Amino acid sequence: MSVQSISQPQAAASSAKASEARFALENRLTGWQIGIAMAALSLGIFLGIVQGLEHAGLNLYTYLQPAFKSYYQGLTIHGVLNALVWTTFFITGFFTTAITRSLDMPISKPWLARLGFGLMVVGLLMTAYPLFANLATVLYTFYPPLQAHWTFYLGLTLIVVGSWVAGYAFFFTYAAWRKENKGVTTPFIAQASLITMAMWQIATLGVAVEILAMLLPWSLGLLPGTDALLGRTLFWYTGHSLVYFWLLPAYVSWYGMVPKQAGGKLFSENLARLVFWLFLLLSTPVGFHHQYTDPGIPQGWKMLHGLFTFGVAFPSLITAFTVAASLESGGRARGGKGWFGWIKKLPWDNPSFTAQNFAMILFAFGGISGVTNASYSLNLAVHNTTWIPGHFHLTVGSATTLSFFGIAYWLVPKLSGRGLFSRKAALAQAWTWLFGMIFFSNGMHMLGLHFGAPRRTMLGAAPYRDAAWNPMLMESVLGVLILTVSAFLFFYVIIGTVLAGKKLKEPVEMPVAESMDTSPTPAWLDTWRGWVYGAVALVILAYGPMLYVLFNEMQLIPLPPGLRVW
Amino acid sequence: MHVDKYEQAWIRISIFVLVIFIIAVLTASVSAGIQVPGVEGRVDPNLITTPGASPWAEPSVRELAPGKYEAYVLAQIWAFRPGEIRIPAGSEITFYVTSKDVQHGFKIMETNINMMVLPGQVSKLKTTFDKPGTYNIVCHEYCGIGHHTMYGKIIVEEVATEAAASE
Repeated sequence: MSVQSISQPQAAASSAKASEARFALENRLTGWQIGIAMAALSLGIFLGIVQGLEHAGLNLYTYLQPAFKSYYQGLTIHGVLNALVWTTFFITGFFTTAITRSLDMPISKPWLARLGFGLMVVGLLMTAYPLFANLATVLYTFYPPLQAHWTFYLGLTLIVVGSWVAGYAFFFTYAAWRKENKGVTTPFIAQASLITMAMWQIATLGVAVEILAMLLPWSLGLLPGTDALLGRTLFWYTGHSLVYFWLLPAYVSWYGMVPKQAGGKLFSENLARLVFWLFLLLSTPVGFHHQYTDPGIPQGWKMLHGLFTFGVAFPSLITAFTVAASLESGGRARGGKGWFGWIKKLPWDNPSFTAQNFAMILFAFGGISGVTNASYSLNLAVHNTTWIPGHFHLTVGSATTLSFFGIAYWLVPKLSGRGLFSRKAALAQAWTWLFGMIFFSNGMHMLGLHFGAPRRTMLGAAPYRDAAWNPMLMESVLGVLILTVSAFLFFYVIIGTVLAGKKLKEPVEMPVAESMDTSPTPAWLDTWRGWVYGAVALVILAYGPMLYVLFNEMQLIPLPPGLRVW
Repeated sequence: MHVDKYEQAWIRISIFVLVIFIIAVLTASVSAGIQVPGVEGRVDPNLITTPGASPWAEPSVRELAPGKYEAYVLAQIWAFRPGEIRIPAGSEITFYVTSKDVQHGFKIMETNINMMVLPGQVSKLKTTFDKPGTYNIVCHEYCGIGHHTMYGKIIVEEVATEAAASE
């Protein structure tokens, strides 16, 4: 067949197919990573439902014996699978596609990407064993001196190290791209994703030191004891930047992809780049705001981290404007008029768009309760109450998770070559998540604020539970029931797509939003050194002196003999 | 770098709002005296219960002066000691709390007392109870299978009735 006889669309299709063939490894890796993420999430959500029903007085754990021994074992697995496994696996999978397509370059060292993935899988299996054997019922924060089986600590370490190695594969690919593209501005999606992975490398140092220098040797009997305060400090060094590791991939999509899906352009790409650099600078030196109520840390240090935390709210405030303005450009391009008319014209029939839009709306409220938590004095009213899970189900449970669902609605068809199984079910999924989360999080927020009900507690069995709590607990349980429907719809759509979706003739393209602002990107927004030095300097300033003191005063307190509290 | 004029305005508003928040937080903690725990020194959780070794060997409430109390509270799986604290209404009470075993929480309902309790550390906060009634002290950090049963009580007694009863 001669080239001339191929019609134009066919040529485009075959070149798209040829381009897919170049990314065979990336597609396979992404598929496995998000597949494992979703499998973990399905079990994590199931246990979330069981937790929710327990709060209504229906303790299903009586019927789940001997698979799940207690509410707290279920809570631990819920936290580890949803907050650590679902997120980390989905993010590395999503970035494997996002970075390589954005650069239009396959991974330069495939063995590194494979190694990273392999380490993560081994880590996951190793973590699963003590979790299911009830040998690590320590919740996902694993505060010492709660002592888990050593495989729990080693498994978590391997998951994190695997994600580091996955990051190195991205950095080497970027270096190779840079060599071939001297003087070219880094495409936005690639840059934002790479900054997120760089932030993650800095952010995870705390928990790496906590586990490798203290918890792992202690669980193996090589260290006599642990220092609870040092453990908490190292944990929260990572613990708060972790939330930006969950959030920023959603921002990559909101800035770089959703405007395209809405029919518009990215309103101010350069400002968006600046936002990601600000997150690199400010994500880590803020961890003490999780320790406002801890003894042993001077109030001045807590206050300093509190100020930095308000600083890290700033890039999110810019995001609210830029993303909304980008969506407005889409609504207007689609014929929307007037102050609010453009909202109606947005593609509400596209589940990928709708899910992510609702994620943004829920995040606005999550952001407000987050600023409350970060407020040095106000935090006393809500610290460790149900307000906190109310808050983070709007952030990691909605901004992140519902955005990832929205991403999956184009990414799974792309990887499987099959159309979305049921657009209507996917839309219903987005709507039910929105309303389910409104009820769940409102109930939890209010219960914590008005009555101080403690979080991470088997409230159905608590002797101090008050009848006045019931309306709010019931509201949250209503939310849980709606979310159950939503989760079922999500897995129905994803499994249906993979098994029975209509075969697509042309591969789905990753949505990439153009920049509306055509002015060139200033060099300082496309250079790494200064920003990375700045981030490291801020970490040393915010953490160095206090960590020096805590290491110097470290007391390795032995566990009372035979103490296992679960 | 080009920034749209509306976006510039938004950025200025954002910075302004954050500065207002910071001022509000500083004002609350400086002028209203809302404080969080700080550094109270370290203790050895394996020695504190040795008789005479520390105030937590016999955790209790002491009256320092009329209307002024201090309470040494020991948190352990799954109880606070003492489990019940009685003080007259209008008293100021300072809590010194530490843990004998794992991490615990110390939250007194309807007050600003909200602290983490760690083995090896002393958590200190003070408050004044004006309204008579029973206030639950709830452990709000996971501390094992009996965590949800861990609570104590502060009974704030009406002063007038007490005076009337003693007459």
